[in-house]
Amino acid sequence: MPAALRRHGWSYLFVLPTFSLFVVFTLLPVAQAFALSLQSASVVGGEWIGFENFATLAEDPVFRQALGNTVLFTVVVVAAQIVLALVVASLIQPLGRKNQTFYRALFYLPLVNSAILVAMVWRWIFNPNPFGLANTALGAVGLGPFLWIGSSDEALLAVILSAVLTIPGGGVVLYSAAINSLPRELYEAADVEGAGWFTKWWRITVPLLKPTTLYLLVIYTILAFQIFERVYVMTNGGGPNNATITIVQLIYSTAFQFGRYGLASAMAVVLFVMAVAVAVLQFRSLRSDVEY
Amino acid sequence: MLLVAGLLSLFPLYWLLLTSLSPAQYVVKVPPEVVPRELTFTNYQRLFETTPIVRWLVNTVVIAGVITGFHLLFDSMAGYAFAKRRFPGRDVMFWLVVSTLTVPAQVTLIPVFFILRTVGLLDTYPGVILPGLADVFGVFLMKQFIQTLPSELEQAARLDGASEWQVYRRIILPLSRPALAVLAIFTFQRYWNAFIFPLVILRDPAKYPVQVGLATLQGEFNTDFGMLMTGAAVAAIPMIAVFFLFQRYFIEGIRVGGVKG
Repeated sequence: MPAALRRHGWSYLFVLPTFSLFVVFTLLPVAQAFALSLQSASVVGGEWIGFENFATLAEDPVFRQALGNTVLFTVVVVAAQIVLALVVASLIQPLGRKNQTFYRALFYLPLVNSAILVAMVWRWIFNPNPFGLANTALGAVGLGPFLWIGSSDEALLAVILSAVLTIPGGGVVLYSAAINSLPRELYEAADVEGAGWFTKWWRITVPLLKPTTLYLLVIYTILAFQIFERVYVMTNGGGPNNATITIVQLIYSTAFQFGRYGLASAMAVVLFVMAVAVAVLQFRSLRSDVEY
Repeated sequence: MLLVAGLLSLFPLYWLLLTSLSPAQYVVKVPPEVVPRELTFTNYQRLFETTPIVRWLVNTVVIAGVITGFHLLFDSMAGYAFAKRRFPGRDVMFWLVVSTLTVPAQVTLIPVFFILRTVGLLDTYPGVILPGLADVFGVFLMKQFIQTLPSELEQAARLDGASEWQVYRRIILPLSRPALAVLAIFTFQRYWNAFIFPLVILRDPAKYPVQVGLATLQGEFNTDFGMLMTGAAVAAIPMIAVFFLFQRYFIEGIRVGGVKG
């Protein structure tokens, strides 16, 4: 037995189960996803074809639609989530510990359920029938009726609305914790100068929360890139005329319904690059960040 | 105003429960009734009689439970080694693990499917469980926590002649209880709600976890919203109960890096 192994045997033994599972089911699969994206892999086999899959994707109108829908969903939903989380957390801050705990739990409770289940409820709310709840509510103020998930123009809107109308409980919890740890002196100084509540919030609170905001931006963006269950359930996996198709939905159907594994892997690589780009951007802006 | 916002965000859950408890004629009533007139368990009776929902729930408890158990053991072991022990390759290994934290899981979906097919684990419980053991959030969580524990107790135990395993088992593990609780809740919730991996890996509806089962109900009962909402309610209630019991750990889990909504 080599000396190193005898000395460090226990350490390697402690790491072994997790690390070997990680190598087999995460590390090698990521590498293989890249390899498959350069192959014509399908149910009947495949060979190396260079960047042909990516060329196919660049010209495929359905993939472009999926990319566009995913980006649009992400931009709108993430912006709404950040603003909602920030405003709600700011509003519960003055309420004292006990109430803060109550509200954090209240806003987080709807999020313990699965994406499938949540999407089923929204499908029911946005169903195009006269007994659909969204249509009734909007009808009361003279709007509609809308076809929602039954129409290629309105299906994506219904999917986006379903996400925007959910208070982002995770963000509320993080912002709320961050606000509680802000230094009181700055606010006292602002009070001396006679600043109003909005000025204090906009000039002190919001800038000081920048690290939390950046962190949430990255997490929410990467999560939104992965949108799948919502469209799978609400619009039967893509909606009329692919109105709600997204990248992950298209990966799923391309690979597991049509057996074009190579092409689907190329899409997965695009998704991977998008996620890494967002993470890198965050690191950069954190490094150039002015510390308060 | 906040209370109103809170109630609005709870509304979809309320609407789900209300629909599941409403007689069929109320479900399609125009306009819909937001306050119940009449409640019934007919939908629940039909659901339990015509679908394998109980089987799906049992499958989910088994799959999520086994994955959680292994994570508690393996992640605390690895977290301990990364936090407290010195060995060649430690930093490279930990760096590799952490660098995959932001990789979307769907990137590995097709390769994992191929691996499971090669070793004949498609459509089996181990096929769903094994890939679930590879996610590394727990290693990160345990390492961060164990780092904060004082090293004197370990040293004292070693001087008393404890083996390395005993140091982990009798010193580290008991002291890590708060982090283990967070990890348990976080992991169980994650795999209770997992969808795309089991959807791809399992074929036999008798083996489905409840989320995949729910999605097939969607095909079967299409516009029978009473039935669909009842299925959703049955899947929601256990998780909501877990939340009320262990609320503190859910909130703590978000703060240590588990934001998902």
